[in-house]
Amino acid sequence: MNRNGPLALIFNALFLGFLLAPILVVCAVAFTPDGYLSLPTKGVSLRWFKAIGDNPEFVRAFKDSLLLGVASSTLAIIVAVPAALAIARHKFPGREAVQALFLSPLMVPHIVLGIAFLRFFTQIGLGGTFVGLVLSHVVIILPFALRLILAASTGMDRSIENAAASLGASAWTSFRRVTLPLILPGVASGWVLAFINSFDEVTMTVFIASPETTTLPVRLFLYIQDNIDPLVAAVSALLIFMTVAAMLVLDRVYGLERLLVGRGRD
Amino acid sequence: MTMAAPDDATLDAADGATPSPAVAPAPMRAGERWSWTPYLLSLPGIALCAVFLLVPLAMTALLSLNSFSFYGGIADVWKLDNYADILADSYFHEIFLRTFRIAALVTLFCAALGAPQAYILRRMTAPWRSLCLLIVLGPLLISVVSRTLGWALLLGSTGLLNQGLLALGLIATPIEFMYTETGVVIALIHVLVPFMVLSVWASLQRLDPQVENAAMSLGAGPTTVLRRIVFPQIVPGILSGSIIVFALAASAFATPAIIGGRRLKVAATLAYDEFLNTLNWPLGATVAILLLLANIVIIVGCNRLVERRYKQVFE
Repeated sequence: MNRNGPLALIFNALFLGFLLAPILVVCAVAFTPDGYLSLPTKGVSLRWFKAIGDNPEFVRAFKDSLLLGVASSTLAIIVAVPAALAIARHKFPGREAVQALFLSPLMVPHIVLGIAFLRFFTQIGLGGTFVGLVLSHVVIILPFALRLILAASTGMDRSIENAAASLGASAWTSFRRVTLPLILPGVASGWVLAFINSFDEVTMTVFIASPETTTLPVRLFLYIQDNIDPLVAAVSALLIFMTVAAMLVLDRVYGLERLLVGRGRD
Repeated sequence: MTMAAPDDATLDAADGATPSPAVAPAPMRAGERWSWTPYLLSLPGIALCAVFLLVPLAMTALLSLNSFSFYGGIADVWKLDNYADILADSYFHEIFLRTFRIAALVTLFCAALGAPQAYILRRMTAPWRSLCLLIVLGPLLISVVSRTLGWALLLGSTGLLNQGLLALGLIATPIEFMYTETGVVIALIHVLVPFMVLSVWASLQRLDPQVENAAMSLGAGPTTVLRRIVFPQIVPGILSGSIIVFALAASAFATPAIIGGRRLKVAATLAYDEFLNTLNWPLGATVAILLLLANIVIIVGCNRLVERRYKQVFE
């Protein structure tokens, strides 16, 4: 049995400490009772979390982010399910090209996408609108949704579908009653992963958001550029808690390890 | 009736970033003929990507050929002047060089830290391994702005890092990390190292522990096993991880913008300033197109190279 030596364990501890440090610091600062940034803090207080509620800009940005995440990941799923079924079950000329096209948003830096969408949306009159935000987010989260649904539909046992068909089920009935329930874990976790990616996106969104329609990370980013105070730490901590909550849901539905590292051999 | 042999799970080298399901096409069933079904099913996605990805990118490429003046705005000329300006101006050279230097350093550190960490993770036993893997990969899902804010809090002149170093007596005056390349590199390593761990982890999955055991039973010491058995087999993983990290570091925006500030510009923050502050859209578009081209060259070019060089490992 191979075991890690003491040196390896120290390396591991330092590595994990490095990864956790900034996240823990944000959470620690968010609970400060003081009116300024201070570390270590003298006590624990929720005053800065209450202050978020008193800041109408952050509240509105938070609502917009939620709505944007829900709308764009739902749309992405609606587009990705049929596409994944086509790729997973059919061999057709151009199949590889279609798959590459769907995954290509991963290859384009978000800064480039932001510029491209800003130019495009101002030309066609969607500049600064919520519709524009939703459409651009659908494009960038599509690969994440597609991958998980693709994995679910590739490993699926097709004999049940064939049984349904032989018992007289129409294509739609067989999709609704057989296929969809079978790929549902992939679809659900694809939705959550898409939602997280939409909710966290900042680089592209900063270009196409307008002062009226903006997202929480963009609002936060612009605020941090001017000054850093406990309020932004509280907003960040809130974002971190939400992500951890989403991760717990994902772990339940799909298994976080499987989601992040794919299906390992062990 | 022929059955297509299921594809071996070949590693798509650019895919370390996200789990890549080995997609073997469903074997054609007997009697299955060419049909419109797959095209109709993927039509919404194709339309979406064509209209909202290819068209905007093409428009940006065209925009980069236009000219701009402070009084006349954007003019519809089609010249390569913006590209010539960037190639000739030392101000831009400095920014692109800095971007490249930061990305190279980040990649180097990520490889040096991420590869050993992945190996250590693999040697861990059941409950610890999942927990540590979660801590390593979980930050990928947390907003980059939140994580970078954490670094801004840690790295400031009164931040915890300086407080700690001062208390330990290692330094006499606070080191300035904010608005420096060092600060940007540290924060970017944090943001990107999980990708390296993922990529190396994927290549470790294919490593048969029996080979290590065989080497040891033949009298090889732990260092020899690492050097001659483990390392050669995870090199492709390190290389494809490096491609991802380099590409993401070179186009990173939020982290250099927050840690680097307005003065320490990199390519991405330059494009942002040209677009939203100077309003010189054609020049901003030119920077974006250059970034995109560099990205494609790195990802596609290096993947080809890695795959050819390590063909036997991927098969």
